[in-house]
Amino acid sequence: MTMYLVIAVVILFFVVIFQIAKASEYVAVLKGEKNSKLQSNKINGFLMVVFLVLGLIGVWYCNELLFPKTLFRFGSASVQGEKVDSMLWVTIAVTGSVFIATQILLFWFAYKYQEKPGKKVFYFPHNTNLELLWTVVPAIVLTVLVVIGLRNWFSFTSEAPKDAMVIEVTGKQFGWIFRYPGADNQLGKKYYKNIDNASNSLGLVWDDKMSQDDIVTEQTVYIVKDKPCKFIIGSRDVIHDVGLSQFRMKMDAVPGIPTTMWFTPKYTTKEMQERTGNPNFAYEISCDQMCGNGHYSMKGIIQVVTQSEYDEWMAKQKPYYYTAFPDKEPSNSKPSVDSTKKVVVFKEISNTQKSNSKI
Amino acid sequence: MSSEVALDFHSGVSSLHDTHHSHDEHHHHETFISKYVFSMDHKMIAKQFLITGMFWAVLGGFMSVLFRLQLGYPDSTFPWLEDILGKWAKGGHITPEAYYALVTTHGTVLVFFVLTAGLSGTFANFLIPLQVGARDMASPFMNMLSFWFFFTAGIVMLSSIFVETGPFSGGWTAYPPLSALGDASPGSKTGMDLWIVSMALFVVSSLLGGLNYIATVLNMRTKGMSMTRLPLTIWALFFTAVLGVLSFPVLFSGFILLIFDRNFGTSFYLSDIFVNGAGALPNEGGSAILYQHLFWFLGHPEVYIILLPAMGMVSEILSTNARKPIFGYMAMIGSMFAIAILAFLVWAHHMFVTGLNPFLGSIFVLLTLLIAVPSAIKVFNWLTTLWRGNIRFTPAMLFAIGFVSLFISGGLTGIWLGNSALDIHLHDTYFVIAHFHIVMGVASMFGMFAGIYHWFPKMYGRFLNNTLGYVHFWITIAGAYLIFWPMHYEGLAGMPRRYYDYSIWESFKQFSDLNRFISTVAMIVFATQILFLANFFYSIFKGRKLRTANPWGSNTLEWTTPIKPGHGNWPGEIPEVYRWAYDYGKDGTDFISQTTPVGADESVH
Ligand code: HEM
Ligand SMILES: [Cu+2]
Ligand SMILES: [Cu+2]
Repeated sequence: MTMYLVIAVVILFFVVIFQIAKASEYVAVLKGEKNSKLQSNKINGFLMVVFLVLGLIGVWYCNELLFPKTLFRFGSASVQGEKVDSMLWVTIAVTGSVFIATQILLFWFAYKYQEKPGKKVFYFPHNTNLELLWTVVPAIVLTVLVVIGLRNWFSFTSEAPKDAMVIEVTGKQFGWIFRYPGADNQLGKKYYKNIDNASNSLGLVWDDKMSQDDIVTEQTVYIVKDKPCKFIIGSRDVIHDVGLSQFRMKMDAVPGIPTTMWFTPKYTTKEMQERTGNPNFAYEISCDQMCGNGHYSMKGIIQVVTQSEYDEWMAKQKPYYYTAFPDKEPSNSKPSVDSTKKVVVFKEISNTQKSNSKI
Repeated sequence: MSSEVALDFHSGVSSLHDTHHSHDEHHHHETFISKYVFSMDHKMIAKQFLITGMFWAVLGGFMSVLFRLQLGYPDSTFPWLEDILGKWAKGGHITPEAYYALVTTHGTVLVFFVLTAGLSGTFANFLIPLQVGARDMASPFMNMLSFWFFFTAGIVMLSSIFVETGPFSGGWTAYPPLSALGDASPGSKTGMDLWIVSMALFVVSSLLGGLNYIATVLNMRTKGMSMTRLPLTIWALFFTAVLGVLSFPVLFSGFILLIFDRNFGTSFYLSDIFVNGAGALPNEGGSAILYQHLFWFLGHPEVYIILLPAMGMVSEILSTNARKPIFGYMAMIGSMFAIAILAFLVWAHHMFVTGLNPFLGSIFVLLTLLIAVPSAIKVFNWLTTLWRGNIRFTPAMLFAIGFVSLFISGGLTGIWLGNSALDIHLHDTYFVIAHFHIVMGVASMFGMFAGIYHWFPKMYGRFLNNTLGYVHFWITIAGAYLIFWPMHYEGLAGMPRRYYDYSIWESFKQFSDLNRFISTVAMIVFATQILFLANFFYSIFKGRKLRTANPWGSNTLEWTTPIKPGHGNWPGEIPEVYRWAYDYGKDGTDFISQTTPVGADESVH
């Protein structure tokens, strides 16, 4: 009911505007076309300045309101990302000043040079020096930006340091699978035709010894503060993307073509929760490439922890091989130790699991 | 100026009757079908493109209102949605399937049907013969085919909305494997087949049109109309056509391979894929990235195909209404030429995070930022054109000024995105949405509006209502900034695009108020466009009539035709051209038409 009411009001409003506009046309003729043209010219000229002033205030106000909601208040959470941030500030300074200068010129000129009866315009078809000026200056400024940018680009895309921990990240509709190389520090072979959702989600080749100690987890990945971390990224089905906004990193997950990304986290998750004052803070992996109807819910979590916490957690993981072949597990031959008594060190991010199982 | 204006007190019926008669006198052989349906008159074809484009703009725009409803009010239900969308909005709540289908169709329709066909199709057809001094296009028949291929493409696209599994829903860029595998997404089933067929028809339409535009500009200029006397509109439309002719075939080849992968078991784009529910696929050895190269080799030129016509019309309109020559005519052509060349050399800036070779990436950074130079030249030239002019704020002029403002705002963020190291953070976030909607979406729309307000009198022999034009402009420009400016901040927070719901994300849910605000403004702006449409259709029949042939005091040739030119444009000889199109305010004369011979005592510049 309210719906129809709203529609009726809108239509009424339209009809009124329409009638006023039509009437103004008649009035214009009665008043004399020339006068009414001059008058509307004055109004629009004035509105140009109004728009400029309100617009600039709006830009400032928008920044006041929204800047605190971006990530920049707390800086980058990775060492590499600091360079992204500093580059961002330089770029904002350059483009921001050009923006303000040109918008002011545009609307100010529009106001200042509005039609006045009898005014002679300045016949000014070209001027080589001016044109050279605004070819060369932008070219120089852009060169500087390119140089800064490429230096960073090459450092981000360079080989990861030797001591980096290596983790394989695989996207699937709609979630993330992580694989750690295990005790031998080598990721074993895999082949997609071996994939079996129940016992071999990545299609590991079990004949390969190096696969047998690999550790596979879903949704949450643990990495170590201050230690470079290299992701080897792939996809099981369509293209996904590992988006890590707090670390300022992003890389597509493409089926059949592995990609890589590395970065060094600066703060543990716990530290970030304190820094942001948000107890629910989490390093979320957002899928940034349209991958189907569940794209929006394809969330993973990165838990950044200290080395000792990591070791403790890792000690509790068992190779994926034993999920596929429970009878091979050494502990299965003896009566199992009660594992539930162990201290739970890490809070589970339960809502992640919930949201992902919805799909 | 005052004499040409008088009100039309006739009733709509009688004036409609009048026009009919005057035309029948000239063209006795024409039937309704040959005049309004399978017309070969470029002016009629232009109107067909325009009105079909408007239909798609309304539909595509309305789709954005629907999905903005979801983004702005994710927790509310709207029972009327179920009335119009049926199972796609069970319980008054848009489903993810429907959301993605709406986003995809919105993007495809606006980019291709509205801002390519609706914009180039309308103004290239209308203006090229009129402004170069030709009786019609080089091939009126191909021109007619071009429209009907476009129309058919539209019908196919429309039909995809009604199939059981829904229209295609993988984004307007249609990346495989998602777009190749029906098992990966219901939208990639029949909906995708129809999407490709529609796009293939569209490519044919573009090629037929483009070749015709190029041939006409090169061969059919009237006596004295050298290339360097062409109005900038024509230069822009010419470069647009060249871009289209060179890049659409590449897109087409990409689609062909996709069709093969979808239907004939090839593996151009597919490799190592296991789809939940379907198991491992046999395809091995393909590259999903190959498609992206083919797509963006069209895709980037495409954004300039959309923008250049707007740039050309804006140049013309700014100069005419500032009563001053365009500043740096040759630099304007040069920068459009540079843009046209560079447009083919920057495509991989859409692919910085696909695992592209970093060295290759660095070349694309360089070339991408290079394209900002000609863009800067154009902006400064427009500003200088306004400087010390005598500006008349017609609605067309307002939209032209608005275009410049938007082009600046959106072009500057291109510099952020073109720098790969920054793009890593910004890619596929709302920052990109803000960038391309401002610089391409809204700016080109503004160019189109400017063109419509400016040339409506030539199209229909009547004026649009000015007051409505002013209301339309001020609400739209304010709305456009209110909608898209804050999106930059969402992007800076990393908020990904193409998400149906952000409420489960700790990192992005802080923007729910902002999303609501944006959605509300979007609805207001959409409603304002309806006001424009009302003005448009009302004025076709009942607008104020033109009393003189040249209402804006313009130099170009189209204003030397009769108020309502028949087929063939000029009743007598085609006029000869003696000068460029921008002698405004020369030697104290308000304007000097291109058909005026150069006087003996005239100054040279
Ligand atoms: C100063 C010049 C410009 C530069 C340097 C530039 C740069 C870029 C870059 C690097 C991207 C990719 C961003 C990403 O996906 O991460 C992009 C996206 C885009 N740009 Fe520009 N751009 C410029 C001007 C334009 C113009 C003039 C248009 C249109 C007329 C345009 C339309 C687009 C569109 C449509 C996209 C997004 C396509 C998509 O992913 O759906 N850009 N731009
Ligand atoms: Cu995704
Ligand atoms: Cu591009």
